[in-house]
Amino acid sequence: MPEKYHIKTKPIPPRRPRVGKYGVVDWREDCARCHNCVKKACVYDRYRNENDYIQNLSDVDALYFDCMGCFSCVQDCTKGLLCLSINPVYEGMGNSYWTPDIIKTTWLQAETAKIPVSGAGYGGPFTGTGFDAMWTDMSEIVRPTRDGIHGREYISTSVDIGRKPSFLIFDEGKAVGDFPPLLSLPMPLIIDMSPAQYSLPDLGPVIRETAVRTDLIAIINPNDLSFQNSDLQQQLPHVAFYIGSDNSLPSKELLRKTKLVEITDDCKVPERIKKLKSMHPDIVVSVRVELNAQGPERAIELADLEEVEVIHIAADPNGNEVGVNKPRFVKDIIREIHTALIEEGIRDDITLIAGGGIALPEHMAKAIICGADLVTIDLPLLIALECHLCDRCVPGMPCPAKLENIDTDYGAGRMTNLIAAWHDQLIEVMGAMGMREVRRLRGDVGRAMFFEDLEEETFGRLFGTRKKD
Amino acid sequence: MVQEKKIEEILPENTLKTRVPQTEVAREIKPAPSRFRNEIGKYIVHRSSECIRCGKCAEVCPYGVHVYKTGYKFFASPKNHLCIGSACEKTDHYCVVLCPKGALKLAENPMTEGLGDFRWTADMIMATWKMAQTGDIPPEEYGLQYQCGDSGGGFDRLRFKFPDKPPIELKEDQINTSIELNRRDDRRPKIKIDVPWYGGGMSFGSVSNVTQLSKASAAVAWNTFTCTGEGGYMERMRPFDDHVITQVATGLFGVREETIQRVPIIEFKYAQGAKPGLGGHLLGDKNTVSVARMREAVLGISLFSPFPFHSVYSIEDHMKHIDWIKHINKRALIATKVSTPTDVDMVAVGSYAAGTHIVHIDGGYGGTGAAPNIAKKNIAMPIEYAIDKVHGFLEAEGVRNQITLIASGGIRTAHDIAKAIALGADGVVVGTSELVALGCVRCTRCESGRGCPRGIATTDTVLSKKMDIEWGTQRLINLYNAWHKELVEILRRFGMSSIGQLRGRTDLLIHLDYSNDVEAKR
Repeated sequence: MPEKYHIKTKPIPPRRPRVGKYGVVDWREDCARCHNCVKKACVYDRYRNENDYIQNLSDVDALYFDCMGCFSCVQDCTKGLLCLSINPVYEGMGNSYWTPDIIKTTWLQAETAKIPVSGAGYGGPFTGTGFDAMWTDMSEIVRPTRDGIHGREYISTSVDIGRKPSFLIFDEGKAVGDFPPLLSLPMPLIIDMSPAQYSLPDLGPVIRETAVRTDLIAIINPNDLSFQNSDLQQQLPHVAFYIGSDNSLPSKELLRKTKLVEITDDCKVPERIKKLKSMHPDIVVSVRVELNAQGPERAIELADLEEVEVIHIAADPNGNEVGVNKPRFVKDIIREIHTALIEEGIRDDITLIAGGGIALPEHMAKAIICGADLVTIDLPLLIALECHLCDRCVPGMPCPAKLENIDTDYGAGRMTNLIAAWHDQLIEVMGAMGMREVRRLRGDVGRAMFFEDLEEETFGRLFGTRKKD
Repeated sequence: MVQEKKIEEILPENTLKTRVPQTEVAREIKPAPSRFRNEIGKYIVHRSSECIRCGKCAEVCPYGVHVYKTGYKFFASPKNHLCIGSACEKTDHYCVVLCPKGALKLAENPMTEGLGDFRWTADMIMATWKMAQTGDIPPEEYGLQYQCGDSGGGFDRLRFKFPDKPPIELKEDQINTSIELNRRDDRRPKIKIDVPWYGGGMSFGSVSNVTQLSKASAAVAWNTFTCTGEGGYMERMRPFDDHVITQVATGLFGVREETIQRVPIIEFKYAQGAKPGLGGHLLGDKNTVSVARMREAVLGISLFSPFPFHSVYSIEDHMKHIDWIKHINKRALIATKVSTPTDVDMVAVGSYAAGTHIVHIDGGYGGTGAAPNIAKKNIAMPIEYAIDKVHGFLEAEGVRNQITLIASGGIRTAHDIAKAIALGADGVVVGTSELVALGCVRCTRCESGRGCPRGIATTDTVLSKKMDIEWGTQRLINLYNAWHKELVEILRRFGMSSIGQLRGRTDLLIHLDYSNDVEAKR
């Protein structure tokens, strides 16, 4: 059996008290001091744990909220003194896109490296916007292999970055001609730089270590000072330098140890690609296109250039177009660019990387179904470090996750756990679809069901025109 | 169900020998109050120390919120769940105003914010509890918005378009809610159930034996079915054999020829809506001694029922399975449970071709004892789309009246049942609502550790004693009665004498997000 892609993980508990959704307010006055107090009967030992927490508290900066919301104590207390409440800190986390539930599930995966499992049916809204407006398909009998659940080991999540020849020429049994450099990643994921507003703590060493442990690539700023003192031999193959318009190119010596480099989109794209290729012929160059109002059009235009082999489209952290009044969501833009490239007959010449708004593992699968070859993530890795996305990354403000004191083992361990859990979930989704290879998932919209289509086919036919939101 | 003499004719000899007398359960509606001391209500009544215990509040309240037992020094805690809240302000028995000392205060219960979710709102959960408690539709004055959830789509945006006056005046006893499960002319029993639903498959392991037996008893009382799920067939279930569907899934846990021969319906589970394409999971913590014994498995290890059937890769293979069961049990009807992929219509018609009697489609938002969250949210389509798709395709293929179409995966109330039937199903399978009737709060913690803290979806010996079979049975009988009343009322308003007349009547529905002018355009 060939060696399989496997990410080594181990449980890494949180450093900070868990921020749960529920808490119990205890009106102690009038307590009857029952011998069989409901607090002793808590299935999760929540009250005992709370006592331990309070006794070992070093500084009072977080209350204890780790109730599972089963109402058992509330409903059984002899005097009815307990009251379940929703934790305001939990509700205040994140924003309308990065919801508290997303943050919580990310924390759990970063801690355990496991696929989150729960009982009862889905309790969320019927549908939503963006990636929530589509469902992935399943196949009743067609499987990736005939081995059922065990066949999952055979599902390949590898993707290629770079230009592939559209045909091969053989001479005496040997392929001849030029083979452009091609970079293979074991899963369709690249670690991107954090958005500016979340870049206060220097997480460079942690992120690079994560890229090494997961055998992935992290896009980094070459001016990152911490980089100078790290193990370059080990880390350079797992980093891609990001070179802005005004940045000078990294030294040839450094560049030649990397496999991917990213440049910003400007008028000198072809020249800069040529220059980089002249410095390191085996490097793959990605062009980062910000998804502003002209972004999608520009991406399609760039794809036509002979020099361009990889395009990285970057939406804002919430997956929206940047600086646009009524922004479109990254999912729709991926479909638009993918379709345009197919129509021009150049889809297979270009690798399309999509980023911005990739918050959950299903987003990775769905973005690929919509037409991306792979995705980038940034904020989920920050959240893995118990970040609340409180948007207060400014000097002098206390960080609820205390990100200023991160040790590499904890940080890289949690990020690695998260990526491992995402990888497993990608396999779950593909297994259900009966897909054996993530490369084949790209643009296969037949493996998904879109809300608008299902509504039109069903309710549109039965009930007429859908009212505008 | 099936007459005894017929059973003698059709049951195999070995089953006849081991057959036990069948239990009878009366369809009797009795109060079944909450088993918890403090039932959660929409409102909270506060009594301050100003109270002089004059008893005025207890005297005026017709709902029994205030309890002052003679011989006691103080009032008992108010029964908040009986209070109708602000609706009482307009009446002449509003205790807050009538209290001579102004000692009473009324407030909305803040805890309801923590109860339920988009699909099962707090109101829906509390209304289901009320139905299970009383056997009746929750009175309007309680103001519980329970007929729809808050998911913003599907059933929650569909409404019935009732005529101002029924076209035909019918009395309740003239309205028939029964459905036939065998529509094939294949000389197998013509099984009819009194209500257009039966209980979903929940294995021993995913739920306690008390839960399973309560479901089975209620199924007997209402002449319908419950399903064992895939976790073995308890000996204690045998007195209910005639109302049990046993499931054959890929793990074949506890499946034996003898168990297949016990029951009138056998269900092949290909997929489950909550985790389509992923198979069944029972996490190790819930694989207790009794579960391991029942499933003939090793104690404490996670049990997977791996997807798919290794022996089924085509409709012909499926037919082979069905033939095998039909051969083993000559009286059995076959149900095929599938999920809702994009080609669910093809799957359904293929299943018909293979000889199934019931095609059971389980939508993407279906219930589960344990499933990956990514699967619950994202894989396969919601049932509302699938019902219409399958019903339409079976009609187009000309086989609609030879197969029973059962829908599940998000059916929570009698209104959902009626809407599912109006979209094209013959009947439905319910699961979560039964558990809610037994006291579930949907905390979603059924899957691991000791299992359900409420004692429903657990095999922990201590937790499962939180409930007894008699109480559980009564709660379910009551819930079914309330649903039945509501369904009869819906049919009465449409002037329909049978639930079958509602099937596929999408013209009686409106969707709040659409122009609803299709009929006018025609």
